[in-house]
Amino acid sequence: MNKAEIHTTAAAPPSRREPGRRLIRQIARRYDLYLMLLIPITWYLVFHYGPLYGLQIAFKNFNPGKGILGSSWVGFEHFQRFFDSYYFWRLLWNTLSINLFSLLIAFPVPILLALLINEIGSKRYSKLLQNVTYIPHFISVVVIVGILTVLLSPSGPVNMLIQALGRTPTRFMESAAWFKTIFISSNIWQNMGWQSIIYIAALSGINPQLYEAAKMDGASRIRRIWHVSLPGIVPVIVILLILDIGQFMNIGFEKILLMQNNLNLESSDVISTFVYTTGILKGEYSYTAAIGLFNSLINLTLLLLVNRFARKTSDTSLW
Amino acid sequence: MPKDVIMKAPPDEKRFDVIVYLLAAVIIVIVLYPLLFVVSASFSDPAKVLNGEVWLLPKGVTLEAYSNILHNDKIWTGYRNTLIYTVVGTSVNIMMTLLAAYPLSRPDLPGRKLLMLIVTLTMFFSGGLIPSYLLVKNLGMVDTMWALIIPGAISTYNLIVMRTYFESSIPWELQEAAHIDGCSNWRLLISIILPLSKPIIAVMVLFYAVGHWNSFFNALIYIRSEDRYPLQLVLREILMISQSAGADGGNVGLEDQILLSESIKYAVIIVSSLPVLLMYPLVQKHFVKGVMIGSIKG
Repeated sequence: MNKAEIHTTAAAPPSRREPGRRLIRQIARRYDLYLMLLIPITWYLVFHYGPLYGLQIAFKNFNPGKGILGSSWVGFEHFQRFFDSYYFWRLLWNTLSINLFSLLIAFPVPILLALLINEIGSKRYSKLLQNVTYIPHFISVVVIVGILTVLLSPSGPVNMLIQALGRTPTRFMESAAWFKTIFISSNIWQNMGWQSIIYIAALSGINPQLYEAAKMDGASRIRRIWHVSLPGIVPVIVILLILDIGQFMNIGFEKILLMQNNLNLESSDVISTFVYTTGILKGEYSYTAAIGLFNSLINLTLLLLVNRFARKTSDTSLW
Repeated sequence: MPKDVIMKAPPDEKRFDVIVYLLAAVIIVIVLYPLLFVVSASFSDPAKVLNGEVWLLPKGVTLEAYSNILHNDKIWTGYRNTLIYTVVGTSVNIMMTLLAAYPLSRPDLPGRKLLMLIVTLTMFFSGGLIPSYLLVKNLGMVDTMWALIIPGAISTYNLIVMRTYFESSIPWELQEAAHIDGCSNWRLLISIILPLSKPIIAVMVLFYAVGHWNSFFNALIYIRSEDRYPLQLVLREILMISQSAGADGGNVGLEDQILLSESIKYAVIIVSSLPVLLMYPLVQKHFVKGVMIGSIKG
């Protein structure tokens, strides 16, 4: 912002008496910048803020014929119905548990991978490891679920191995008990490399003298990782953690939808897939809009809480 | 630092190195194995795959699956559609992102803070699936290509990355000088900013293009006619059909279809991921750079 002030004073000498007119002049001189912004900002208003306006149907009985405004208000009826439904606790538990387990298990993996890559002495070998672990990131969800299906099918290699070890094969993809494990571990497989990039960049920014000093003091490799590498990337870890929690309730929705079938529904039915099947497929718009709103509110609350907590405890926060 | 560590490494350090290298090798194997399996299975006799005989190398090598794909109209239509969606979609993405990112990168733009707020707030909440769906429906875009392109025209994250690049990599003095020479903002954007931003634009093209190529959910909810299905939807049908049939007990009419999809499954995975994976080694460096720029955060 400082730069801006300097620039504007250089371009137009300040007349302190008329700050309003000065602003107008500044704006007028840059009208073409606003012209550039016209379409994108309109797009933001329509496609991001428009749905917020449409969200009022959560409190109405939406009737496509009458439109959003014409439909009648019903207050919190849809929310009440959702809270009273038999599947409420199942949906909430699945949504929370899948994301919580992901956070606990999948979130640290890229950090560990980055630390590992940082410890590899040979440049070629570390590049190889990086490039190999990035590959799965570029594969589509549909293909990922396809690969899972064939790997874990009764005649797939995983079950062959199980049989070779003298155990009975499992129908993994149709098992509610295995669903979360498969979902989370395949997420790790797909994303650990890509997510490690930021940590690797942060690690490479650590002053080498810190390592030298630690070595002089007789710190072992493990201790150097613990006392130099890790503290060096804590701010990045905190930011990414907050961002992840900002997406807490929405993670992996497309993949869950693709992996879902009648046999694993018990543990694969989450709020977002329920909104899709009941809202889009069955047309219960108002009801599922209310459920979606409930979902976003939990998400926003979590984000605000975590951000506040991070700001208080570690000076690092989004805002 | 790691190099000299190895050279004068005490035994303790050596043991540590061995563990590090072994771990890395294990990770490489775990990541590559599923991919190698699919490649091998795609070249194998489907019967042997179904029997579980293939686990690493192809058995009963055949190109039948690939020739089946060549004769599958659905896959070709999907391929063509995806190509169109990707090209048109990415062009729209780049244009919109540029038009938003450049003005917002200008420190002398009055109201910049407010405009940035409008943009960044959207990263933290949204109206949700249903209101967005109704909006697209009301705009009459259902079952058209535009439903896949317009609602996702800008990725806010990419916008911020691009803005950060403009701010940090293009000297403000250069722009000021151009202004003094009487250069308009449009000309500045087109003849000075754009040529200087080739690396970031390349990164954005790749981010957006891969996104379009791999996306399926928008098509799932907005596209009704089969002849407009993108590749990923066709793929989903082929890959999931045997799974759902297996789960529901299966019926006789489906049998042939299952066998066919069973035999081309693996080859379809390869064929659909190939363009992205082939491009990958060429552009991998840029991708990484893009992520890094984003992480600097302006």
